[in-house]
Amino acid sequence: MIKENDYLNTIADQCLSKAKKRGSTEASVLVMNSVSENVSIRNRKLDGSTRSENLGITLTTYIGKKKSSIFSSNLNDKNLDNLINRCIESTKITPEDELNSLADKDLYFNGDKNLDLYDETILENKQKIDYINEAEEEAFSKKDIVNTNGSGFSQNKSNFVLANSNGFSDGYKTSQFIAYCEVVSKSNGSMERDYEYSSKRFYDDILKPKDLGVKAAELALQKLNPKKIKSEKLNIIFDKRIAKSFLSAFSSAISSSAIARGTTFLKDKLNKKIFNDKINIQDKGDIKKANGSRYFDSEGVKIKPLDLVKNGDLKDFLIDTYNGKKIKLQSNGRSSGSTNLYFLNGSQSFKELINSNKRILYVNETIGRGSNLITGDYSVGASGLMIENGEFSYPVSEITIAGNLNDIFKNISLANDLEFNYSTNSPTMLVEGMIVGGK
Amino acid sequence: MSNLLKNTSLSINAADKIISDTLHKCDDGELYLEDTKFETVTLDDNKIKSSDYSTDTGYGFRAVTDDVIAYSHSNEISEESLKKSSENLKSTLKSKSGTYNSNIKKTNQKFYKDIDPIETKSLNSKIELLNLMNDYSRSKDSSVKQVSASFIGEKKSIEILRSGGELLQDTRPLVRINISMMVEKDGRKETGVFGVGGRQSYDEYLKDDSWKKLCDEAFRIATTNLKSKPSPAGEMKVVLGPGWPAILIHEAIGHGLEGDFNRKKTSAFHNLVGQRVASQGVTIIDDGTLDNRRGSLNIDDEGTPTEKTVLIENGILKNFMQDRLNARLMNTKSTGNGRRENYKHIVLPRMRNTIMLNGNHTQEEMISSVNKGIFAVSFGGGQVDITSGKFVFNCTEAYEIIDGKIGAPLKGATLIGDGPSSLKEVLMVGNDMMLDPGIGTCGKAGQGVPVGVGQPSLLINNMTVGGTQL
Repeated sequence: MIKENDYLNTIADQCLSKAKKRGSTEASVLVMNSVSENVSIRNRKLDGSTRSENLGITLTTYIGKKKSSIFSSNLNDKNLDNLINRCIESTKITPEDELNSLADKDLYFNGDKNLDLYDETILENKQKIDYINEAEEEAFSKKDIVNTNGSGFSQNKSNFVLANSNGFSDGYKTSQFIAYCEVVSKSNGSMERDYEYSSKRFYDDILKPKDLGVKAAELALQKLNPKKIKSEKLNIIFDKRIAKSFLSAFSSAISSSAIARGTTFLKDKLNKKIFNDKINIQDKGDIKKANGSRYFDSEGVKIKPLDLVKNGDLKDFLIDTYNGKKIKLQSNGRSSGSTNLYFLNGSQSFKELINSNKRILYVNETIGRGSNLITGDYSVGASGLMIENGEFSYPVSEITIAGNLNDIFKNISLANDLEFNYSTNSPTMLVEGMIVGGK
Repeated sequence: MSNLLKNTSLSINAADKIISDTLHKCDDGELYLEDTKFETVTLDDNKIKSSDYSTDTGYGFRAVTDDVIAYSHSNEISEESLKKSSENLKSTLKSKSGTYNSNIKKTNQKFYKDIDPIETKSLNSKIELLNLMNDYSRSKDSSVKQVSASFIGEKKSIEILRSGGELLQDTRPLVRINISMMVEKDGRKETGVFGVGGRQSYDEYLKDDSWKKLCDEAFRIATTNLKSKPSPAGEMKVVLGPGWPAILIHEAIGHGLEGDFNRKKTSAFHNLVGQRVASQGVTIIDDGTLDNRRGSLNIDDEGTPTEKTVLIENGILKNFMQDRLNARLMNTKSTGNGRRENYKHIVLPRMRNTIMLNGNHTQEEMISSVNKGIFAVSFGGGQVDITSGKFVFNCTEAYEIIDGKIGAPLKGATLIGDGPSSLKEVLMVGNDMMLDPGIGTCGKAGQGVPVGVGQPSLLINNMTVGGTQL
């Protein structure tokens, strides 16, 4: 079982008082505990089980404006004493940085914790195996599904306490249930794989096993015997699971550290149009049961709901204390990054989107890193399906798609099919005029 | 004698008893103990941004029977915790029974010294040097707007306790020095990144002010990219430079030759042993025995001595890379490729230093033979889909080739190819084999492990370039 707050609090208090005794002027400590249990199967047979138990502390000490950190998973007294000494000694040596400090006291979270982020349910391994067997069973009932790369189920529970010398001390439990199924299809010498997964805080919310299996099988089957198309300029529709990666690139490009360092193509774009008028982006940490929800960030600062993009204009950044000071803006509780980040729905239906042009490339998988956040250049390997006259006609693979995020952002149209399946979510996305590299 | 149990409440006798009691009816398994010390010192934006130190200690207890793996790990090294793990392993494997094979070959081979590289250079001198690198880089040109540099050091001690009392040990130093630079001119921004590293003390990489060369190289890449023009899109000939571009080999065929994907028949290579998978003249090895290299190991994470494994010889597929589990199920022996990121992860067959050996062509010959193509000198990273064989990698330094001559630098493009067929498209293998500078980390199933690559220059007949110019 995971440790209760009392236990974690005691460790946190010890660390803070030891650091103070040895000369730190300020300090913060994170004590984390997690237990995860997962099972994996292959071809409907047990493949393995793993139980993970982690307990560790991260301590940051300040002496004036000097700062240093340690992490340890070995919490025996002698080891901890040694490490805290080492941390203080390193702090003394590290040069001063006038911006180093804990977060402002008035920004700390002190509200109610009512977001339902923890499910008490404990599943026996047999229940996990039964669930995932049913998913694979369903996938294998489809013709041409011949193999699996493995399917699995994991149950993760964690608890933490964050405390600092300004008197902040809080923490809470979270849970995550994850099921995935990855299958291999084969026909006429062509072999393909694809997957589906579902990850939710509450067991009752994850996808039903049959749906998981069917979806994985359908995806792997529709990729069989792909064609390579010629190099050309095309309108591209990004499946939701790929569309969200543009939001991830966007959030990295508006982090206060990238803005402060000047290493982002969105540096001078605050209050300027970066998307077309119809695009709105929000980041909200307070959605009940959602994967990205949290009460406060890694500095204890409460999460402010943000309208990052309104009618195409960039309205805010993701700000932590240190980098916020650098760009003279107050932290909005994003030292741990975005929370639940999403595009608001567009006005068209999925059907309207796929009928918006006679030939459209539907991309549902990309490989490669993709975005250069300094220049905005975007280039990835891709596979998907060709849409002709509103109908999916044949699979396409071994092509690249490229453009620049400055242009891509302005050419986005969104469908009205937003769902909260991940912590970053996008409706189906159409981008006009991207360059496809093929034959 | 176990060193890692010394300061814990778990005695070696108690551990041995639990291990034997858990594993005696299994085919394989061990208690893996690990203690890692890790330090990063980072300079960014003209300041020392962090000096972080960590120690991570824990065990991973593994039991394997047939093709089922039961695993339990914890950072609480005690009899109580180990017993709990044991119960967990037993319950997973309760319906199975195997024969424990405790036969692991002993070795005295040593490819790196038993040092703690963090302690071989004081924090003060690291900070001093990072500041020097920052000042030197910024003084090179007024276009240099941002500099980050870091020292990353690690000492990992591992012990493998097998049923029957067998104990295998290794201590692995690892360091890396990185520099990244952003330059800006006429409203255009570009970056250059460079680094070195391996299993030696920092000072081995810093002799004769060689840190200046790191800064020079990052600056050269960044300023080259300032002059770059949009990359073409479509199929064309590609010349790869020597050294680091061998990540193409790592992605295109390396992963597809790992034992697990072939035992499971999900690799595009699974039925191709003995067959031609590359052009004549292409020989590729995976070598864990190179002195002080990032991908080298004295023993792998199951205790098997590492070796030099021939994967492809003169174009013919010879061997897969194996850990103990996949080797047993495929009736062959482990090649010493069983690796894990740390005690929190199960062992998988992974690459070490993957190298294509020399041929007899020169790079000039290759370039002069190309009418229209690209010359790729450095890459950011790559990825592969093992099942379909499709792989990509991102160029960070590339040039166009026109009429047999190197032309303008090209903006970062993605190259995409098909693993099983790409090496059949090799037209020339160079005579200038080089190892990478020691910076690679390979990711698989959520686990990152340090690896090396190497190759001579290569001419590939046909690859798809993902640019924006039609």
